[in-house]
Amino acid sequence: MKTAATLRSLFMRELRLVWRGGHLMPVLAFVFICVTLMPFGIGPELALLQRLAPGLIWVIMLMAVLLSLDRLFQADFEDGSLDQLFLLPVALEWAVIAKIAAHFAGIILPVLITLPVAGLLLNIHPESVLPVMATMLTGAPALVMLGGIGAALAVAVRRAALLTVLIVTPLYVPVIVFGAGALSTALSVPGTLDVTALGVLALISTATVFLAPPAIAAALRAGLR
Amino acid sequence: MLERLENLSALYANPRRFMRLAARLHMPLWLVALAVLGGGLFMVAGVPDDYQQGATVRIMFVHVPAAWMALFAYSFIFFASVLAMVLRHPLGYLAARAAAPVGAVFTLIALVTGALWGQPMWGTWWVWDARLTSVLVLFFVYLGYIALWEAIDDYGRAARATSILAFVGFVNVPIVKFSVDWWNTLHQPASVSRFGRPALHADFLYPLLVMGLAFLFVFLAVTLTRMQTEVLRQRLRVRQEEA
Repeated sequence: MKTAATLRSLFMRELRLVWRGGHLMPVLAFVFICVTLMPFGIGPELALLQRLAPGLIWVIMLMAVLLSLDRLFQADFEDGSLDQLFLLPVALEWAVIAKIAAHFAGIILPVLITLPVAGLLLNIHPESVLPVMATMLTGAPALVMLGGIGAALAVAVRRAALLTVLIVTPLYVPVIVFGAGALSTALSVPGTLDVTALGVLALISTATVFLAPPAIAAALRAGLR
Repeated sequence: MLERLENLSALYANPRRFMRLAARLHMPLWLVALAVLGGGLFMVAGVPDDYQQGATVRIMFVHVPAAWMALFAYSFIFFASVLAMVLRHPLGYLAARAAAPVGAVFTLIALVTGALWGQPMWGTWWVWDARLTSVLVLFFVYLGYIALWEAIDDYGRAARATSILAFVGFVNVPIVKFSVDWWNTLHQPASVSRFGRPALHADFLYPLLVMGLAFLFVFLAVTLTRMQTEVLRQRLRVRQEEA
């Protein structure tokens, strides 16, 4: 019971920090700016944008996650509150899950809602917005969990953003492959979902939710000891 | 008891013994590596031209062993890290760190020779074939691993963090291979498949195996030299701090 209370207060603390820190608006702005830039690079042809949308959406999602994860542990490391996580009466793995869950609820979830809507600018059919959201929601936990490993490994490194990108990107390949695959079949017929690819995505996400927290905790211990 | 064990095998508890062993191995290992490499190249020079590929078939004798070593070096890093973490033996970290750039270079050699071979044979430097793509991802895994080593100043922290990354990467590589296979077969059937593999003729097989052995010895020799250099560098730093 006490564990649950501790984790809940940790979760609420993180959520408050996200809101007060004003971290959300820049990430959402980033998403819209990326979507806006694409037609400048590719050309305004709607049919082409629609064809490229699955990949573009996943890459934008990936970059938004990476940009936001950069500060996940580092801000706490700098002000010393990361050390307090080690002293909590709960396992570090649980504390990590609570922190990431708060990050997911506070930043990633708004991105997940915004990005498919922004996708309308890439000529996604309006009926596809919800399927896109569902697909992104299935894959996003894997992105966040794997990104957490990179953020934890680079916790003691100053200006770790590029290092995190370098470490994490190879881990993202399977998510992007199945995620973009699921999106392109879903988008080809508005209002439908690619259940098979969604299943694989869910499998990857579930696996990372179980396997990443121990790795993240180990990485934090390695970085701080 | 546990503390004593940790102290016993703490970082550089026995670098002197390693350095003695390394000094004795260093010269013979390099000589064997160069001899086998020389012999292999001599055999490759005697290989007849392929009836389809002509002389370009000789690229294979660099390309294929380099690709083998790209995978071997990463497994080496993984097992060295396991050894270091489980047995708390600092030599494991040293070996893993020393091997990483060597493996990365072998991966790069495999990619570049592949492009050079692909250009005349397939008519293109690069295709998004599953095999090529997963080797490219492996190259990025190497780069991330090396960058993490360089980014963390404290040796002990860097050693533990990179070991965790080595584990994660080791799990990741087969998953990448699987997903990329799936991706490629989903989006397009292999339009440029690798030339069908009939059992390699003995004229080609033996030089290839000798070259593979040569690359293995070169890898071991370079890695050993890099380990020695690293120990010396650490000693130098300690001296400088003392002075």
